[in-house]
Amino acid sequence: MTETAAPDYHQMWAELGLDLPTHDMLLQAVGGMYGDAYLTQPNRPEGTGYLDFVLSEVHGLRIKELDDFRKQGGKVVGTFCLYVPEEIVRAAGAWCVGLCAGAEFAYDQVEQIMPRNTCALIKSFMGFKLAKVCPYIESSDLVIGETTCDGKKKAYELLGDIHNVYVMELPQTKDAKALAFWRERVAELMAKVEELTGNKVTADSLRTAIKEVNDKRRALQRIAATFKADPVPMSGKDRLLATQIAFYDDVPRFTQMMNTLADELEARVARGEGVAPKGAKRVLVTGTPMAIPNWKLHDIIEKAGAVVVGEEMCTGSRYYQDLVSEDATTLDEMIDDIAEKYLDINCACFTPNQGRIDDVVRMAKDLGADGVIDYTLNFCGLYAMEQHSVEDAVKAAGLPVLRIETDYSMEDVGQLSTRVEAFLEML
Amino acid sequence: MRVLGLDIGSRSVDAVWLEGGRPLDAAVTDSGFDPQAAARTFVDRGEHDVIVATGYGRHAAREAFGCEVVTEIKAYALGASVLFPEAASVLDIGGQDTKVIALGPGGKVIDFEMNDKCAAGTGKFLEVMAKALGFDLEEMAAAALAADGSGIQISSMCTVFAESEVTGLVHRGADRAAVARGLHDSIAKRTLSSLKRVGATGPLVFAGGVAKNAAMVELVRTGFDGEVLVPEESQTVGALGAALSHGAGAHE
Ligand code: SF4
Ligand code: SF4
Repeated sequence: MTETAAPDYHQMWAELGLDLPTHDMLLQAVGGMYGDAYLTQPNRPEGTGYLDFVLSEVHGLRIKELDDFRKQGGKVVGTFCLYVPEEIVRAAGAWCVGLCAGAEFAYDQVEQIMPRNTCALIKSFMGFKLAKVCPYIESSDLVIGETTCDGKKKAYELLGDIHNVYVMELPQTKDAKALAFWRERVAELMAKVEELTGNKVTADSLRTAIKEVNDKRRALQRIAATFKADPVPMSGKDRLLATQIAFYDDVPRFTQMMNTLADELEARVARGEGVAPKGAKRVLVTGTPMAIPNWKLHDIIEKAGAVVVGEEMCTGSRYYQDLVSEDATTLDEMIDDIAEKYLDINCACFTPNQGRIDDVVRMAKDLGADGVIDYTLNFCGLYAMEQHSVEDAVKAAGLPVLRIETDYSMEDVGQLSTRVEAFLEML
Repeated sequence: MRVLGLDIGSRSVDAVWLEGGRPLDAAVTDSGFDPQAAARTFVDRGEHDVIVATGYGRHAAREAFGCEVVTEIKAYALGASVLFPEAASVLDIGGQDTKVIALGPGGKVIDFEMNDKCAAGTGKFLEVMAKALGFDLEEMAAAALAADGSGIQISSMCTVFAESEVTGLVHRGADRAAVARGLHDSIAKRTLSSLKRVGATGPLVFAGGVAKNAAMVELVRTGFDGEVLVPEESQTVGALGAALSHGAGAHE
């Protein structure tokens, strides 16, 4: 971490083809949102300084690192979904970055090529691309999509017109046939990234990658586990941020910093120190992913005096709860293990998806939640359809549920605050 | 101790002064362009020791008056269950939002639902429709009440779409009373399904400005499985509840 004033990155951004004035505007807006949501929190653990630093350099230093890497012949691969195995990408010598976007941007341009009633996640990444404000996508030598929901499938076709896109075909069920099919797709992906980087994936390189990515997940698991404590040692908002940053930061460095943060959180728990009073209402959040800078719901919940104890979402437990087995010796076995672990992720694009419902109930119990908030982006049919089953299961477990459907705009913050506060009063 | 309960909504600001759990006075004023200024007229009376605010302007009121705040949901639950201790559920159709609440013992909120960000099916909606039909509000309710319910259905609940639907119907020569009836029917239907979703049982307290609309009350009464109670001061239930929440474990 450096103490000197941030260098000027405009030259680099211009070389990446960003639209500088628009991009400056975006950075300013994100900085403002961050200041309001994060820097106002009392008694944050020291380890969150790293998160502040990485976020303040989200389009700066990290992009510079990607840039340097690429100038030395390295390749960067952008992804949108948890199903794309980072291990495979890394084992071929490339770096993975998450491209999901969490802010409303250039919707006017997006709506010229896709319907208005598309979910905010899709509209947002497309807006970032069309308005030329995302240095991550512009740094991505290849973007890997996947056939999850209909919206994304079709969006990748549109993105394919203006960027180098490869789409992995994902099955929709999780039986043995589906696994065999998926395993082939993982092997195909491997060939694709090998071709991109010119490096062969070997048992050694894949073993290392599996270990590295598992270690990242282990660090996040440690952080998540400290939220069983009352009082919680850190805000849920900060935990969400850590998970969001995991998608694009340097893997070994991030892992190390998160382990340091976890040490601090564990020490706080041992001392009984927290960021909210003991007995503060505890909420588990589940649903569609929250990409940077989408902190809206957490901010509302925590400003109302409650704490978010966990996220059953792709920017949460689904990202780090399962590890790839480290027992394999041959390359083939490793690919088997990867295919298996990734197919285990519980996304609503699968049928049936009972695993997710079970996870929500289990996490709510483990984390001592007083209630569950089921969060869905507008126009996400998959997660909206599952709200009913989630609600039934959580209620059967004796906990109340609040369903929220929203987007990235701030128009409904007043309304949402009322509903969230009323929900908290009820707990 | 005198508690001033303020319900600061987008259409009106309501006030109730309470002492020892008993209402001393109540007042209602239009929100106008500056609801906080409207609220200040009640605060400036200086007839209180403590203020509790509810409604969408509650956070701004906390900034302005340093008062306690409570959500509309809790306020209506408390207000309704003090007016009617036997109440098991609450329906509030206000100027710009609708809420339904299922109550447990002691006015505890068990479940609730609020309409989304638009004004569909609220007081504002009825105003727009009355205008499109060339009625004033009372005339429209009276006409709806008198018409029989077999005729016209309004399929859209979005204020903008419903307005053009209504205008279209009138242009095609539809009976205005039947259209009014159709409008009330569709709001009632929506409301009843919302009540069902939260598991509301009778007696139901119907509060908020729209509870003054005889046609709405009649239709809710017909469709709801249980008794429907309308408080005389249907508009100040929230302000009363806010005042009552003081000392009753008020949130924040
Ligand atoms: S919610 Fe489903 S489609 Fe979206 S990122 Fe997660 S796994 Fe992928
Ligand atoms: S939130 Fe829903 S609609 Fe949007 S990309 Fe994810 S799965 Fe698709």
